[in-house]
Amino acid sequence: MNWTPDQPMVSIKDVHKAFGDFEVLKGVSFDVMKGEVICIIGPSGSGKSTLIRCINALNDIQQGSILVEGQEVNDPNLDKLELRKKVGMVFQQYNLFPHKTALQNIMMAPIRVLKRDKKETEELARQLIRKVRLEGKEDSYPGELSGGQQQRVAIARSLAMKPDIMLFDEVTAALDPETVGEVLLTIKELAQDGMTCILVTHEMGFAREVADHIYFTDKGLIIEHGPPKTFFDKAKDPRTKEFLSQIL
Amino acid sequence: MEAFFEWFRVLYDTTGINLPFLYDSYDRGRMLDGFLTTVQLSVICLFFSVIIGIIGAWLQGSAFTWTRRIVNGYIQLFRNTPPLVQLYFFYFAIGTLLPKVETDWGGQAPMLGSFAWAVISLSFFAGAFNVEIFRSGIEAVPKSTVEAAEALGFTRLQIYMDITLPLAFRVCLPALNNNLVNLVKTTTLAYAIAVPEMLYEANQIWSDNVNVTEMMIFLLIAYFVLVGILVWAMNSWERKLKIPGYG
Repeated sequence: MNWTPDQPMVSIKDVHKAFGDFEVLKGVSFDVMKGEVICIIGPSGSGKSTLIRCINALNDIQQGSILVEGQEVNDPNLDKLELRKKVGMVFQQYNLFPHKTALQNIMMAPIRVLKRDKKETEELARQLIRKVRLEGKEDSYPGELSGGQQQRVAIARSLAMKPDIMLFDEVTAALDPETVGEVLLTIKELAQDGMTCILVTHEMGFAREVADHIYFTDKGLIIEHGPPKTFFDKAKDPRTKEFLSQIL
Repeated sequence: MEAFFEWFRVLYDTTGINLPFLYDSYDRGRMLDGFLTTVQLSVICLFFSVIIGIIGAWLQGSAFTWTRRIVNGYIQLFRNTPPLVQLYFFYFAIGTLLPKVETDWGGQAPMLGSFAWAVISLSFFAGAFNVEIFRSGIEAVPKSTVEAAEALGFTRLQIYMDITLPLAFRVCLPALNNNLVNLVKTTTLAYAIAVPEMLYEANQIWSDNVNVTEMMIFLLIAYFVLVGILVWAMNSWERKLKIPGYG
């Protein structure tokens, strides 16, 4: 593992993934540099979520290579713990641990997985609660929080592991429009702090604002990509154009 | 206290209602021993059956086909045969196969006594049901919650102990409650291999005093109270485990 920060943090090459006979990813490649914010957009079923789930090995791949800081993910002897220390993930359905308070949700992984000191971790957790603007909600259970609040706890929970890369899988798709903003603001601040982010999103305005690079996927392939300005204003591929015309 | 006990002797003399386990100190001692043995047997079996349930449900999720098969075989065997037959099997079949040990006065004694065999047999019996009960709870935990823990780097065992099991527990407590109540009642079967539990001691007393009716009524009340305490404890535990805003 001779990875240096000037090399891509995530390097995806010719990734193929099938569920049974159905090929979801048909050869996807792209690189993500440190500090970059990548947005993956595209119609439902185009393989966006599958793609980012492959990056932290929640899904395995059949062919191709995914390097995360030089560590090959497509390897039967993969050290998943080592990978997941580097890669944080936030889900559409928040997936908080319902029997733990907001603070405990954040503290659990550092203490159990990284064997961190409890006191130190609590301090970090309180700091993260402030960062996602949830002061006063430390002792609330997920069931007592709104969707937007739960999602921000989920982001804080992931950040507590001090990952190098954050994956966001349609994190605002289950939220009502009013609370989408607060979650997006949190992600935006994260991006501004220099966190490497890979987002699957349907929030085009947000993608345009925060992304360094946009990838458009359809039927398991990357159809078109580019910086937001060129991508949104000068899309070339007819499928991209059609998708954008429907969504914008 | 003596006056209280003496009152029952008077009760017997005047009405014929014979409760020797209250007025007679020897019978009182026997009954108390029986009661304590039942409580002891129940608590130990409850503990081990729950442990068996937790471990069995964990092994059921194993990646190895044979591990799963063995667990399922165990469940089928212990669920589909009568507990009394199991008890006899352990005590008379397995028990006699084990080597004998020398006692303090030079005699020979079985390695495990009847109490130990009752613990083993009843724990495995109730444990088989507990495995299935825990499995039902585990299956109710959303896969996405487990996935979130995986993404945070938790190992399979950590996920089971920290997330799946605590959540599954809450789901399956009513069913677990039922099975544990049954277990306490099933401890009376230990009578058959001469474990001096409550039913056994009551039998001794009614054989000596010919007061079957009184002893039967007493037994019913005693078990009713004993199981009542367990149910009360389980219910308050269930309330305590309730998560605000969940389920």
